[in-house]
Amino acid sequence: MKIAIRRAIGEKIIELAKDDKNIVIVTSDARGSAAISEFFEIFPERSIEVGIAEQSAVGVAAGLALSGKKPFVFGPACFYSARSLEQIKNDVAYTNANVKIVAVSGGVSYGPLGSTHHSLHDIAVMRSISNLHVILPSDAIEAIALLEKLLSDSTPTYMRVGRNPVLVFHDQDEQKKIFEIGKAINLKKGNDLSIIATGEIVWNVMEASKMLENEGIEARVIELHTVKPLDEEEVYKAAKETGLIVTVEEHNIFGGLGGAIAEFVSQNIPVPVKILGIPDEYPVTGKQEEVLKHYGLDSKGIFVTVKNWFRKMRGGF
Amino acid sequence: MEKILYLRKKAIERRKDIIKMIYNAKSGHTGGSLSCIDIIVTLFYEIMKIDPKNPDWDHRDRFILSKGHSVEAYYSVLADLGFFPKEQLENYCKYGSILTGHPTTKVPGVEVNTGALGHGLAVGVGIALAGKIDKKNYRVFVLMGDGELDEGSVWEAAQIAAHYQLDNLIGIVDRNYLQISGNTEEVSKLESLKEKWQAFGWVVKEVNGHDFEQMIKVFSEIPTKKSPHLVLARTTKGKGISFIEGKINWHHKVPNDEEYKIAIRELDEQLLKVGEQI
Repeated sequence: MKIAIRRAIGEKIIELAKDDKNIVIVTSDARGSAAISEFFEIFPERSIEVGIAEQSAVGVAAGLALSGKKPFVFGPACFYSARSLEQIKNDVAYTNANVKIVAVSGGVSYGPLGSTHHSLHDIAVMRSISNLHVILPSDAIEAIALLEKLLSDSTPTYMRVGRNPVLVFHDQDEQKKIFEIGKAINLKKGNDLSIIATGEIVWNVMEASKMLENEGIEARVIELHTVKPLDEEEVYKAAKETGLIVTVEEHNIFGGLGGAIAEFVSQNIPVPVKILGIPDEYPVTGKQEEVLKHYGLDSKGIFVTVKNWFRKMRGGF
Repeated sequence: MEKILYLRKKAIERRKDIIKMIYNAKSGHTGGSLSCIDIIVTLFYEIMKIDPKNPDWDHRDRFILSKGHSVEAYYSVLADLGFFPKEQLENYCKYGSILTGHPTTKVPGVEVNTGALGHGLAVGVGIALAGKIDKKNYRVFVLMGDGELDEGSVWEAAQIAAHYQLDNLIGIVDRNYLQISGNTEEVSKLESLKEKWQAFGWVVKEVNGHDFEQMIKVFSEIPTKKSPHLVLARTTKGKGISFIEGKINWHHKVPNDEEYKIAIRELDEQLLKVGEQI
């Protein structure tokens, strides 16, 4: 079954808001794209529309948070990670206002709309802002579980999700047990190398790992839904036990998940790190899946790159 | 009359604090602090409902210094009212001090970290909206610089405030006509300011930002009638010290030993005069 994460979150927040009267939503003419129209109908008094003004959406949310509310700002990742970056840094993170940014349609999920609508820099900029958590769920089950966790966590947070329906692969019954902010998830055991991934591309990595298995390569797959704070323990173990790390993300190859892993590993337990992502260029035109395939980020592409790199690093066999 | 003299005395003392802080720290924004201190004194000593012993009091009126660089004026007032010990002003901008060169919430009484221009009004809108949602009666005062109005984000927030009919929100513009590069009208023409705010749906009151009587009257009379209010306060940058008044180079100039002595002497003379009247 495929579900767009933004839709799952849009439904879940209604349920949460029934119990928690402090939840308010702020948006910038993005009710439809953020899938929160229903919330606006059910809770008009807790729905703040500011018009196409992302800077003010974040500033207003900060003011609401400083007055005891739990504001969630919903809108496209491309705009919130750039246009309102100063408000996120100063009004939210520096001031320590409990604002959650739910940045939808992230990465290249807007596809052919082009680079104005892509956000391939957001992990890099957000994770370098102090006092801001950065989270990228991989499917609807994980997203709503983490959304619930956010309610009892007072740290300002940037949560990036995609636009398009993605496979629901996590186990519903497991969700309460395994989803913790800042805690990596071991999706597949293996000791030949580790593949660490974040966001909706995780499923491609899972498929790639099965193809690797057919080639006799046992890849450990680690899902890092929280890029910041980094689960250092899990990354350390992966480096120590497998000796090789591949990172995969729907982001520029600079400064994102790969950067975070490389920073940690190189300073604590140096092992080779291969970073897979969108190269440092404005992507080709195409649908999300076409763009990802173009850059070798579909399951087959990930499989081929990892296989070749693994063989090269292990001296070729 | 007694009230006015009291405020005048308080404001002169605060000007002394401002000059001392900047002189000690060898850093600060002299002109803007002197320009808006009378406004801040009026609000904190006369208009706003506050409790310095309980800075987080739920029903307090909120103040946001959107022109965060005028922080010396703000800290001086907070310290004098007892939000934090007055001796701490000596540590302004010093290593390890909570008194950073732009306001932060580490300082009791400060609501939001400011310093990047064009942020305060939107945050004020959020606080005012929360007040409406919770049916609380507090008011939100946001003090902006006139140069700050170059920032587009101010006007976004102005539009939103009017859209939500936030009559609990009061914007104040410290209209001293000077910004760091020159006269506001030469840098990027602001006029007609009154008409601009009116066109955005705000009720505008003009006032002399150094006249306590006028300011008390205007701030007390602001009615609640479904629109935000803007007080356009005409001021003089560097007000109160002869050689700083209206001088553009005093935006963030630090007084040398000689200038410091003269400034303090001038302010002491002013205090003496007020003292005679009290």
